[in-house]
Amino acid sequence: MKTIKTCVTALISALLVFSPVAYADKWSDQFPHIKTTGDIPGDCSYESMSKKNYKGKTLKINTHAVPVMGEPTALHAEQFAKLTGAKVDVTHTPAGDLYAKAMVPFQAGQAPYDIVFGFSNFINDWRRYLEPVPKKYVEMKQMKDVTPSHIGVASWDGVMYQFPVDGDRHYLKYRKDVIDNPKYQKQYKEATGKELKVPTTWKEYGEMAAYFNGWDWDGDGEKEYGSAEVMKKDDLMYAAFYSRSAAYSKNPKTPGGFFFDLETMTPLINNPGFVEALTDWVAATKYVPPGGINFGLGDEIGSFGGGQTLFSFSWDDAFVAAMQPDSPINNKVGAAQLPGATKVWNRKTNSWDEGFNQAPFFVWGWAVGVAKKSKEHEMAFDYLCFFANEANHQADIGIGRFGVNPFRNDDFKVDVWTQIGWDKDIAQSYVDTLAKMEQSKNRVFPLRVPGTFEFNAALATAAAKALAGQLSPQAALDEAAKQWNDILNRVGKDNVRKAYAVGVAMEDNKQ
Amino acid sequence: MNFKHKFVFLFPGLFVLIGILIFPIIFTIRLSLSGWNSYTPEMNFIGITNYIRLFTDDPRFWESFFRLSFLSVTTVILQYVIGFALAMMVWREIKFKRFFRVIFLVPMMTTPVIMTVIWRTFFHESLGPVNDLLGGLGVKPILWLSDPVIAKFTVIIVEVWQWTPFMFLLILAGLLSLPKEPFLAAAIDGASPFRKFVYVTFPLMAPISIGAIIIRLIEASKIMDTVFVLTSGGPGTATETSSFYIYIKGLREFQMGYAATLSFTYLVIMIISLTIIAKVLTKLMIKE
Repeated sequence: MKTIKTCVTALISALLVFSPVAYADKWSDQFPHIKTTGDIPGDCSYESMSKKNYKGKTLKINTHAVPVMGEPTALHAEQFAKLTGAKVDVTHTPAGDLYAKAMVPFQAGQAPYDIVFGFSNFINDWRRYLEPVPKKYVEMKQMKDVTPSHIGVASWDGVMYQFPVDGDRHYLKYRKDVIDNPKYQKQYKEATGKELKVPTTWKEYGEMAAYFNGWDWDGDGEKEYGSAEVMKKDDLMYAAFYSRSAAYSKNPKTPGGFFFDLETMTPLINNPGFVEALTDWVAATKYVPPGGINFGLGDEIGSFGGGQTLFSFSWDDAFVAAMQPDSPINNKVGAAQLPGATKVWNRKTNSWDEGFNQAPFFVWGWAVGVAKKSKEHEMAFDYLCFFANEANHQADIGIGRFGVNPFRNDDFKVDVWTQIGWDKDIAQSYVDTLAKMEQSKNRVFPLRVPGTFEFNAALATAAAKALAGQLSPQAALDEAAKQWNDILNRVGKDNVRKAYAVGVAMEDNKQ
Repeated sequence: MNFKHKFVFLFPGLFVLIGILIFPIIFTIRLSLSGWNSYTPEMNFIGITNYIRLFTDDPRFWESFFRLSFLSVTTVILQYVIGFALAMMVWREIKFKRFFRVIFLVPMMTTPVIMTVIWRTFFHESLGPVNDLLGGLGVKPILWLSDPVIAKFTVIIVEVWQWTPFMFLLILAGLLSLPKEPFLAAAIDGASPFRKFVYVTFPLMAPISIGAIIIRLIEASKIMDTVFVLTSGGPGTATETSSFYIYIKGLREFQMGYAATLSFTYLVIMIISLTIIAKVLTKLMIKE
């Protein structure tokens, strides 16, 4: 009997010592960032990285400003340096300058940075200067869990150039404590004759936002407003506009392009669908907080996450920020698909198709690659692999300001979110929203063509003029369409068409 | 004496001049004749295509230039008037003269970008203290940064606050160096303070005033950091200036060739217009 007891005790001790739990204790003591999960065994876990020796080597990284993506980059750099002995230099750059900061040395044949962060729609311009992700990383267990759409985002012609660290999409965030509140439902019905519910169309969104604008509906002594949106020119506002346009312009009956007609390469951005969306958006300037017309992404996250508005739509960050334990609206928010429309423009018949239409916008997200000219490829990929290992990823996605959002199948499990304190029904609405977007057959993907920046900047300038009242929506989009034609002529229609066809195939569910 | 030896001593200066001035200008001209951008990363030769585009198909550049002219002329006039007034104040024998001289210089000693971030926080329409204070007085929130007209004046306020001390410093230095005799003569003649200012101080200060105005006009015409941080050229394009537009074309959209065209054209326009302004000011302010 004593022998059996001794054996069982020894077995349990051995299991504890060699189990992941034991690693969790060991590594989470040193690195509190992963205290919830501890280290999770894998090719790029804390344990695995501690066996690497990069002493005497320096890794140079150009990333975004703190906190969004900049903070996790710096944090994981510090951890990586402690584990491997490497010296890691992190440079922080504003979002608008990330492209040029990498592109100038790329074109000059230099590599001042081993790793460059940017947006995933840079891929077409950057890929010739990036080292493809080596096979051993592509075949790792952690990579196998990445959703097919995000593998597609990081790849071009089947070659992975960007290491997946983030996954983004636009969806609706709303104040659950208001929309589900019987008192406000009754009050809204009496005032407007309509139901107060999660808006399913942009018109409903606008009506509710206008009603809940400019008064204290949460009893905190401050005025609240209808909606927080990214309206500031040159601060990703083009993406917000595409989100508003998708329902009116992405018609499942007319495949072959959302931004251009793939056959003729005629810009579609001034068709009545886009004009309707811009008209809605101009009206939205009346129900955003004072100064909302100058809100960039950070302002939008702070505004909705700080409890200032009823609605918001764009990246995950505002939602995750609102769910932080220290947020005034923790567990008071809900997620839903982007609103749709009761009509959608049919460019073949040149008329509106009546009926409900909704189209999720896969706006992509942060992307990161290793410079082809870098002399530290192995260390650079190890760092990225460590950045995105299971333990770091699970910790990162729960911190709103980090800007790291779901892109793995495991992220769509409710438990991941309830573990960090989310209410079960909110976690469920969140993962359901994201999962439904993955399943949609009427998705819009962003432009990834030569000259992407020029196209988006031209559109953003035109939309900004309309929001500021300098031009009517139709005149603004006509101006943008003219500029798009000029850019097409400069870049070459066939060059753009060839690249655009890749995105259209994804939109038309041919890939 | 061998005259050629003199050139040996000139070489270091000439070398530096060529390196930091002549070469960049020649490079910019060459770049402006190329189509260098993100998808054509080479110094190809496309002739004057970029110049044709600028003069026939880019109203945004010209709008930004006229906006810049308005902003720079307005800010410099205000800086001159306020700077002159402050300098006159501390030129006289007043209490705490030295304290005021230092205090007036503080804005110029701060970092423009950081101060603009602070101003942006002040003027934030829903969270900033300025609208809070106005609200306490019963005034509705003012759209400091999101109204196309008011946003221009917000930029002017920040610029005037930041750079008036520079004008103050130059004018104070000028006032302190003025000869005493004309003022004594005016006093003996019983001239009032106003007449002293109009007929003695102002004319004597004219050469310094012209220099100060031109220096500030050159600086103000490069306005970029304030616009970049405060409004990003918005709302719409309401506060976009030439340098900000060139920055967008070059470093945001990566149209290097076209941005070089804009830069060189802008340089030529500025040289011509500032020369004319200097001549006009001299004619108006200095009487033979």
